[in-house]
Amino acid sequence: MSLNIDHVSVIYPAADGRPPVAALSEIDLTIAEGEFVVALGASGCGKSTLLNLIAGFLSPTTGSLTLEGRAVSGPGADRAVVFQKHALLPWLNVLDNVAFGLMLQGVGKEARTRTANDYIGLLGLDGFQNSPVYKLSGGMQQRVGIARALTCDPKVLLMDEPLGALDALTREKAQELILKIWGETGKSVFFITHSVEEALFMGTKLIVMSPRPGRITHRFDLPFSRQFQSGTPARKVKASPEFIALRETVLNIIFADEEALE
Amino acid sequence: MTLSPPPKAPAKAAANGAGIRARLSRARATKPGEIYGVPGQGNTFWLSVASVLVMLFVWWLVTALGLVKPLFVPSPQSVLAKFVQIWNQGFTNTPFLEHVSISTFRVFSAFILACLIGLPLGLAMGMSPVMRGIFDPPIEFYRPIPPLAYLPLMIIWFGIDETSKVLLIFLSMFAPIVLGARSGVKSAAIEQIHAAYSFGATRWQVMRHVILPSAMPEILTAMRVGIGFGWTTLVAAEMVAATKGLGYMVLSASQFLQTSVVIMGIFVIAIIAFAFDLLMRFLERRLVPWKGRM
Ligand SMILES: Nc1ncnc2c1ncn2[C@@H]1O[C@H](COP(=O)(O)OP(=O)(O)OP(=O)(O)O)[C@@H](O)[C@H]1O
Ligand SMILES: [Mg+2]
Repeated sequence: MSLNIDHVSVIYPAADGRPPVAALSEIDLTIAEGEFVVALGASGCGKSTLLNLIAGFLSPTTGSLTLEGRAVSGPGADRAVVFQKHALLPWLNVLDNVAFGLMLQGVGKEARTRTANDYIGLLGLDGFQNSPVYKLSGGMQQRVGIARALTCDPKVLLMDEPLGALDALTREKAQELILKIWGETGKSVFFITHSVEEALFMGTKLIVMSPRPGRITHRFDLPFSRQFQSGTPARKVKASPEFIALRETVLNIIFADEEALE
Repeated sequence: MTLSPPPKAPAKAAANGAGIRARLSRARATKPGEIYGVPGQGNTFWLSVASVLVMLFVWWLVTALGLVKPLFVPSPQSVLAKFVQIWNQGFTNTPFLEHVSISTFRVFSAFILACLIGLPLGLAMGMSPVMRGIFDPPIEFYRPIPPLAYLPLMIIWFGIDETSKVLLIFLSMFAPIVLGARSGVKSAAIEQIHAAYSFGATRWQVMRHVILPSAMPEILTAMRVGIGFGWTTLVAAEMVAATKGLGYMVLSASQFLQTSVVIMGIFVIAIIAFAFDLLMRFLERRLVPWKGRM
């Protein structure tokens, strides 16, 4: 499986007297099978727009998107999305939220409960199966959202700042968990974050984006998540000289961008 | 750039810490288990009981002191006595409970009809621009007209039997129910809808599993509002050639200046409507405990 984005531009049409917004311009990106692509960039540079494009919620103004050679024409079960917030269904309990995708796909109750329970356990939510989701903490809700996307067993996992709401400790644990699952399942991932450290640690490929018009300005291949997977502890990976050097490089790019905006 | 020092609070307010103004401008501290700043939270039950008792007392006092003639405001005792009398002997040769049941039947059959037609129509109008385009003008046109204004038309078109009565009540609750269901469609967050599609949902599944459940709170509110309109229209509906019903009872009693029957009838209507409202609130707590929480 591979996803190809070829010369894609997105222009939001003018509305309410505002001029049209060139949200993305001339994006070229390939997400190969098993690749973990992280997008980083100032607010408003078009990261969510790019994710919505891949998910099929938006069509490109020009250019083309193909998944395994076929044009992407709408959302589908092969690309599951984890949102930053507001996406759980409060009338369902944790178990039914996690099993929601399987239910939509017509999987029988017993089978989907079993699968859902596996992922609930994997994300450390055991014992909360019957809790209403609106009574969970923000971090737990986020984990329900991740579990829900994973149970669908999508080929591509699209995550829009999935860990933004978590405290530092939970966040690091969640990062490791996502990497573990990614390693075991070999899924392709597109992951948006605002944290440079998170981006460097998790991705195999990093794209740095700039606003007005939204475009990819830098690309890096990253070795760190592979290092973590082959047994190096996360803290050690993040403390290595290469990691720190690259972190400074990327931070400089982003600060330069933000200053150019002001 | 240099920072100017922050403006100082007036020394006096700082000195006596909890000044009246400071206290009024802040939300009240919470009791354990409450969340700070939630608008209007707190239990009102006993205050409401007290409010009712005070009103009853004032009513009794005004009549007991003879401040108004019984023709205008009969005493609580005489209204109660009238109630007992009508309960035992009926009103205009019809047992009391039959008046109650015929009115309840009229309101509820209209209510069920309004829900059966109004809820699907409202949902369809929320989902489809075609439906909205077609049905928006007629509904918005008739909605602000008071039922009394089109009552004569109902009579000319549908005669003076049950049909026109039920139809009049139906029309009074139809518009609010349609509009509630229609705006309920907008309750689902776009993220919830997108998530469902990204798990492979069909349009129909999104409607059934995301849009409909998230519209439930607004639908229940619309039903509550709707049945309220129904009870207010009951008396108007029973102005026409009715020989039974609570509205009829009130109207014909007023013609004979039996003020105590009028007041009693009003109380009975209010109590039935209130009991139903309590039932709806109970249902709301059971069906949508998540309302406003995510
Ligand atoms: N529906 C829309 N209509 C018009 N303009 C939009 C719409 N959605 C986004 N935009 C504009 O497109 C640009 C990119 O938005 P996008 O949401 O993709 O940014 P982002 O990189 O995800 O930002 P953030 O990091 O703050 O989430 C912004 O300038 C935004 O104002
Ligand atoms: Mg965004």
